[in-house]
Amino acid sequence: MKSRSDFELSRRKLLAGSAASIALTAAPSIVSAQVPAVEAAVADVSAVWKVSFTVNGAARGLTLDPRTTLLDALREHLHLTGTKKGCDHGQCGACTVIVGGRRINSCMTLAVMHEGERITTVEGLGTPENMHPMQAAFVKDDGYQCGYCTPGQICSAVAVLDEIKAGIPSHVSADLNAPPQLSNSELRERMSGNICRCGAYSNIAEAISEVAGRPA
Amino acid sequence: MRSFTYERARTPAEAAASAMRKPDAKFIAGGTNLLDLMKLEIETPAHLIDVNGLALDKIEPTQEGGLRIGALVRNTDLAADTRVRRDYGVLSRALLAGASGQLRNMATTAGNLLQRTRCPYFYDTNQSCNKRKPGSGCAAIGGFSRQHAVVGASEACIATHPSDMAVAMRALDATVETVRPDGPTRTIPIAEFYRLPGDTPHIETTLMPGELITAVTLPKPVGGKQIYRKVRDRASYAFALVSVAAIVQRDGTGRVALGGVAHKPWRVEAAEAQMPNGAKAVAERLFADARPTRQNAFKLALAERTLGAVLAEAKG
Repeated sequence: MKSRSDFELSRRKLLAGSAASIALTAAPSIVSAQVPAVEAAVADVSAVWKVSFTVNGAARGLTLDPRTTLLDALREHLHLTGTKKGCDHGQCGACTVIVGGRRINSCMTLAVMHEGERITTVEGLGTPENMHPMQAAFVKDDGYQCGYCTPGQICSAVAVLDEIKAGIPSHVSADLNAPPQLSNSELRERMSGNICRCGAYSNIAEAISEVAGRPA
Repeated sequence: MRSFTYERARTPAEAAASAMRKPDAKFIAGGTNLLDLMKLEIETPAHLIDVNGLALDKIEPTQEGGLRIGALVRNTDLAADTRVRRDYGVLSRALLAGASGQLRNMATTAGNLLQRTRCPYFYDTNQSCNKRKPGSGCAAIGGFSRQHAVVGASEACIATHPSDMAVAMRALDATVETVRPDGPTRTIPIAEFYRLPGDTPHIETTLMPGELITAVTLPKPVGGKQIYRKVRDRASYAFALVSVAAIVQRDGTGRVALGGVAHKPWRVEAAEAQMPNGAKAVAERLFADARPTRQNAFKLALAERTLGAVLAEAKG
C-alpha cells in the first residue's frame, strides 16, 4: 500500500496554479502593478491544511485541500476503502464511521475539522481472522446482500448499542425519563439513517439484537 | 465544491470579526447542512470559519431558573440531557423526531436553527428560486408544491422551514444570544428571530451579516404536558408534512406551534387562546390567512387532526 496519496496536493503546485490563472486574467497594462497585490493575497491564503488524528489506533498526519471530506481523506488519502461513498449527501449512511465514540456521516464533515480526534472505521473494529462480534453476527445472520452499505451498517450498529447503554432516548422511546429498551422498534428507529438498497433490514435487526443479547 | 480558505476561530468575538472582514465567509459547526449545499454549489463561501473550537458546548442553569444551551451543543446531547428530558420534554421529542442518529451527533443547536429549506426547487440549480438567486422567480409556485407552506408565504417564495427543534424552541419562548461582528452581544426572542419570505426570501433571520449565535436560552420550565407530534411520509428520517409542538396545562390552556406549514415555526397567540375549545377552533385561527395551493391544501385538514390528536393525548 502506498503511504503517500496520488491525490495529495502540494502547496507549491496549488499556489503556482492559482497565481498563473490570476495573471492570465489581468490586462497586460496592469500586470506589473497587480503582482505585489497578488503575492500579498496568496500569502494570506491557506490553500492546504495539515491535520493529524488517530485512525483505528494509529496516528495519521495529512496535508489536505480543506475541501476534503473525512470520507475522502479515509478512502483516497489513507486508502481505508472499507468506508463507502453512497449518496455523498448524508442521506444513506454508507459512510458511517465512529469519531470520539459517536457515529457520524463521514461525507458531511471536513477532515480538517477533526484535528486530534479518534476515528474508528470498519477496518478498526475487526479483521477477517478476528471479527468484531457485530461483524460475526452480520455474517451469521446474512445481514446484507450486495454488501455495499454493510460497513456503515456495522459501524452504526456498534454505536447504537453504546447509545442505548448510555441511556440516550430515541423517537420511539415511550418514556423519555426511563432507560431505553433493547426492542426491535428501538433498533429500527435508531438504524433509520442507514439505508440498505437490497432490503436486508430484518436480518440486520436480527444481527444487532443477537449482539445486544436479546432475540429480535 | 468551490474552493475556499479555512480558519479555526479561537473566540466567538474573533469568529464574528473575521466574518466581517471577509464578506463571503460562513461559519461551520456540524456542517451537516452547509457541506451538503456547498457540494451542490448552492452555498459558495470563499472562506470557512470553523467554530467547533469555541467552548460553546455546555448546558448550564440560568439565574432565572432556565437553561442556557451553548450554540455548539450537539442535537443528541441536547435531546439526552436529563434536565431537558424532565422539564422541556417537547424539545427532546422534537430533536429526536429529526434527521438520523448520525446527523444528530454532528448537528449543533445554532446550526439547526439556521438550516436552509429543503424545497426541491431551492436544491435544483436549474430551477428559478428567489431564495437561492434573488429575483430569479419561484418555480415552486405552479410546480409540485405538496410539501410547501400554506400560510405566511408570498408571491416570491412558498418554502417551509425544515427544523423540528425550532418549532419546540418557539413553543418554549427560547431566546437566541449572539455576538455581533463589531463586538456587542445581544439577545433575540425566538419570536423575532425568523422572517417571513416577503419579497426577500433569501434573508431568513434577523441576524446581521457576520453575527454569531453563542447560545439559546430557555426560560424557567412551564410544566404541563409537553408533546411533539410529527406527521411525515416515512415513520423515521423524513421532514415533516405537519408537526405540532404543544404544552398543555391541566385546565386545557397552553401553547402550540406548528412546523411544516410556513417559512418559520408557526405560532398565533389568538389561536392558543382557543385551546380549551378544541382543535377546530385553534386551527381556524392558526390558518385564518392561509393560502394553500391545490397540492398542499391537505395540510390544513392534517394540521387540525394532528392538533386534535395532540389535545386528546394531553387530556389522557
